[in-house]
Amino acid sequence: MSKELRVNSKYIDQTTRIPFKFNGKTFYGFKGDTLASALLSNNVHLVGRSFKYHRPRGIMTCGSEEPNAIVQVSNDPSLTEPNVRATEIELYEGLEANSQNCWPSVNFDIGGINNFLSPFLPAGFYYKTFMWPASFWEKYEFFIRHSAGLGKAPTKPDPDIYDHQYAHCDVLVIGGGISGVIAAKLSAEKKLDTILLDDKKDLGGVSIYNNDDNFKINDQNVSKWLSNEIENLKKYPNLSIKTRTSLAAFHGYNYLLAKENLTDHLNVNDRKDKIRQRLWKIRAKKVVIATGAIERPLIFNNNDRPGILLSSSIKKYIDYYGVKCGTKISIFTSNDSAYETVLSLYKNGVKVNSIIDIRDKSESLIVKKVQDIGIKIYWKHTVVNTKGYKRINSIELMKLNEKGTGVIGDKINESCDCLGISGGWTPMVHLFTQSGGKLEFNRIDNMFIPNENKSSSEQISVGSCNGDLELDDIIKKTNLKTKEFLDINTSIFDSLKIQSSKEKNKKNIWLLPSDKPLGKTKPFLDFQNDSTAKDVKLALREGFKSIEHVKRYTTTGMGTDQGKLSNMHALGIIADTTGTNMGELGTTTFRPPFTPLTFGAIVGRNVGQFFDHTRYSAMHNWHETNGAKFENVGQWKRPWYYPKNKESMHEAVQRESKAARDSAGILDASTLGKIDIQGTDASEFLNRVYTNAWSKLQIGKCRYGLMLNEDGMVYDDGVTTRLGENHYIMTTTTGGAANVLNKLEDYLQTEWPELDVYLTTVTDHFSTISICGPNSKKIVNKMIPDLDLSDQNFPHMSFKNSSINGVRCRVMRISFTGEHSYEINIQSNYAKNVWEMSMEAGKEYNITPYGTETMHLLRAEKGFIITGQDTDGTLTPVDLQMDWIVSKKKYDFIGKRSLYRSDTIREDRKQLVGLITDDPNEVLEEGSQIVEDLNKKPIEMLGHVTSSYFSPNLNKSIALAVVVSGKNLKGKKLFVPMENKNINVTITDTVFYDKENKRLNA
Amino acid sequence: MFVINCPFCGERDQSEFSSGGEAHIIRPKQPTELSDDQWAEYLFMRKNIKGVQFERWNHAHGCRKWFNMIRDTSNDKIHAIYKMGEKPPIV
Ligand SMILES: [Zn+2]
Repeated sequence: MSKELRVNSKYIDQTTRIPFKFNGKTFYGFKGDTLASALLSNNVHLVGRSFKYHRPRGIMTCGSEEPNAIVQVSNDPSLTEPNVRATEIELYEGLEANSQNCWPSVNFDIGGINNFLSPFLPAGFYYKTFMWPASFWEKYEFFIRHSAGLGKAPTKPDPDIYDHQYAHCDVLVIGGGISGVIAAKLSAEKKLDTILLDDKKDLGGVSIYNNDDNFKINDQNVSKWLSNEIENLKKYPNLSIKTRTSLAAFHGYNYLLAKENLTDHLNVNDRKDKIRQRLWKIRAKKVVIATGAIERPLIFNNNDRPGILLSSSIKKYIDYYGVKCGTKISIFTSNDSAYETVLSLYKNGVKVNSIIDIRDKSESLIVKKVQDIGIKIYWKHTVVNTKGYKRINSIELMKLNEKGTGVIGDKINESCDCLGISGGWTPMVHLFTQSGGKLEFNRIDNMFIPNENKSSSEQISVGSCNGDLELDDIIKKTNLKTKEFLDINTSIFDSLKIQSSKEKNKKNIWLLPSDKPLGKTKPFLDFQNDSTAKDVKLALREGFKSIEHVKRYTTTGMGTDQGKLSNMHALGIIADTTGTNMGELGTTTFRPPFTPLTFGAIVGRNVGQFFDHTRYSAMHNWHETNGAKFENVGQWKRPWYYPKNKESMHEAVQRESKAARDSAGILDASTLGKIDIQGTDASEFLNRVYTNAWSKLQIGKCRYGLMLNEDGMVYDDGVTTRLGENHYIMTTTTGGAANVLNKLEDYLQTEWPELDVYLTTVTDHFSTISICGPNSKKIVNKMIPDLDLSDQNFPHMSFKNSSINGVRCRVMRISFTGEHSYEINIQSNYAKNVWEMSMEAGKEYNITPYGTETMHLLRAEKGFIITGQDTDGTLTPVDLQMDWIVSKKKYDFIGKRSLYRSDTIREDRKQLVGLITDDPNEVLEEGSQIVEDLNKKPIEMLGHVTSSYFSPNLNKSIALAVVVSGKNLKGKKLFVPMENKNINVTITDTVFYDKENKRLNA
Repeated sequence: MFVINCPFCGERDQSEFSSGGEAHIIRPKQPTELSDDQWAEYLFMRKNIKGVQFERWNHAHGCRKWFNMIRDTSNDKIHAIYKMGEKPPIV
């Protein structure tokens, strides 16, 4: 810290020195400093490089609007965070921050050459240049990625804890400045449940350090009066004050998101196991926006050098942090507020060299005081240029002509190490517009303010975010407006005595003239994205009219600061250039978040195992113990295969598939969706939702059903069993279970409310053990000896109620493998036990547990489809060659009419076929394309492979595919082109194994 | 995010609900009698109005009931909520 740059401040703890690192070098600041104020106190202004021209840039503001001082915090690969504003980082022990956007270092930056190339880098340069030739794109990309970019993402997972919490309140007050404090007190006094938020560590806003004698409330300094009020707020039990909490988004119905920083200000060692940030989800009956205003810069040639700061920020640095931003300061202004800065500096022993004011004069109290001190004021002058590469060292000024469109007279040179600029104020209307509010233009102060007549929600804006810039207006209007809004009748705050300096002379010039032509100057508008007034004018010349288009073309306002400083000037310049009224021009849309949010705050606790639900079947432990590898199917973990003795997946699947056909296999089929359907119209309902007929299905019988979307495309499939006269149980695919239930409910509730049908999901209640293979009958017989398994009593596609050790179960004789097969459905809490019984009973038959991969292989041998694998929402049952399941007799079912639309009856649709490779050992890749003519350019894709396996039972490779007109191409030779070879294939029938279905009854 | 007054459960957060598109599109009773164009009209054509629109909503993470809503899509104001099968109120 430089002693010369520090003065006393009661707002920070000047007894506690804190070391920190910036760009690897150790500095010291005080507890209560921000990184920005600490750097300034060390005489460090240069903190980064600009995005496009890599110009040296310095700290410009003291708040969330900071466009330049954007740093990367922490060198830890899991904790490092890019794009943090140095003006918002509270200094802590262990802080390591680095400049962004400069390589190799902030002092020597190779990209700086762009600055000298800038005549060749106008608006839209990247769009225009990198469009052509396309083959050069990779080179451009390399160049852009290395020279541009905003910080680095962490490379390791974030170890910090983030939290989400809901809050409901009567009144939410956003902003703890003087108007927010008044509104919160009124609300709390009325016994309303109130929340008051502020993004800073303390309440009070800019008034809390206003000790200027020109402003008094009840004869006290504003600062003193306000700190008393804030102290009093703490006594209300119905008022909750949250500091370090920034409002991110204001959504409809007064739903707001706010981010509370809980540990970022603590020493690194004190953060362990604490929640870093909490995202508040607030539903407020009423909202008071008191977000204040931010100062505008002035737009003039070379207005971006380190050492040029907003005048109000210089004031905060001296008054609040006790830091001088320079020792030879000049001020450039269009209004009175900069004179407050001059007085603050003067009080702290810094005499301002000169003031350049674009106005003709000002007769307010405060200007008079400054004049009395003897500070030189250049009325009706403008800065036409600044000098100094890494820090401003001088300014050039000239007299403005009558209209303010040009300069006259001689150039005056003033040396300085800091320039405060003040172009008036911009009310922070972002949250108001986010909530859907419309703005109106105030021509006197040249600002957009909320048009509350057009606002529909329960909210008001008070204080300077409402366009009230004078202290007495702020207090009086906030008081009146809040009382009306909250229906308050007390006289509290009504008789305050307020003394304030009134500004009467106003003047505004969006783009200040220079002695050089515009083309030879650099008047920056958007400091973060490096767009200048020239760029905006160029965009207009090139025909862009809409403000939204100009924004995107020039990237003005598209940085992480969302153009908080630049938008108004861009609009002003467009309005001036096109001769439009600013009110008619409108603004660009302000979108949430108001300031960037961390991903951590957005996702909260929903990370890792909490990212999504994981569902496990009742036998999961057994699968784990027996070495299963798992696959994710929807939210379920399903056994994929069970490798033995270090088998590869291929080896395990070959063994499992062989065992299932040769003797016995066992599958956990519990994850299939199960829907219990009851009601007198259950049969009619199934008739309407499935393509085949259900009325004649006898009790105790099972039937496979195909479900379509109304567009005729296959949606889901499964076996449904008739348990009783008015009682069915439907099975769905594992992934489709929830959607099928929702879809059926939708039809029942909205299209067919007359049907007496009730749907209940029972997927988790019953577990399903499927035992298949030629020995399955013997195994089931051992387990349930009193169940007659003869084909007469218990044929294929039928069901029996039974029990195992006294536990009731449903046994279905159905098969997805083509083998003789049983499915035992049992209450889930007994399922693991029954599974173990099955393993024990099947031991002598080498019963082999198999996973989804073997299941897929076995069904593919039989040509059974898997919806979602062989279908993709574009295939009808006819495309799948499953015409047999589409009832011709039924008058209607979901999707029927679509099956004979002109498009669905086309013969040349893609149809499901079997594929055999000429080389039986060649296994096709699922998803690979199928072509007929390899020489045709562009090569014509006829279809693709949907399922492909090596069948150990057939000892050859088999595949299912969809191919244009495939139905009529049996025997046709086609090709599957791969990266370095073409595989010869032949179209076959979809059934590869046991075409006569003899094994079902074996 | 709106607050929706489910006719069966009362006021709940929008996150509990799912939207089911335009309301009062009745599935044709005799689809076989329709031309391709007429069927396509039912199947695909939706108004997607900027302004007051009739919509279907489902209390998906609640009572799972479907109901109708009259909502202004330009400002998300909900003008009315009524049960399936009921006539839309005049707003
Ligand atoms: Zn409900």
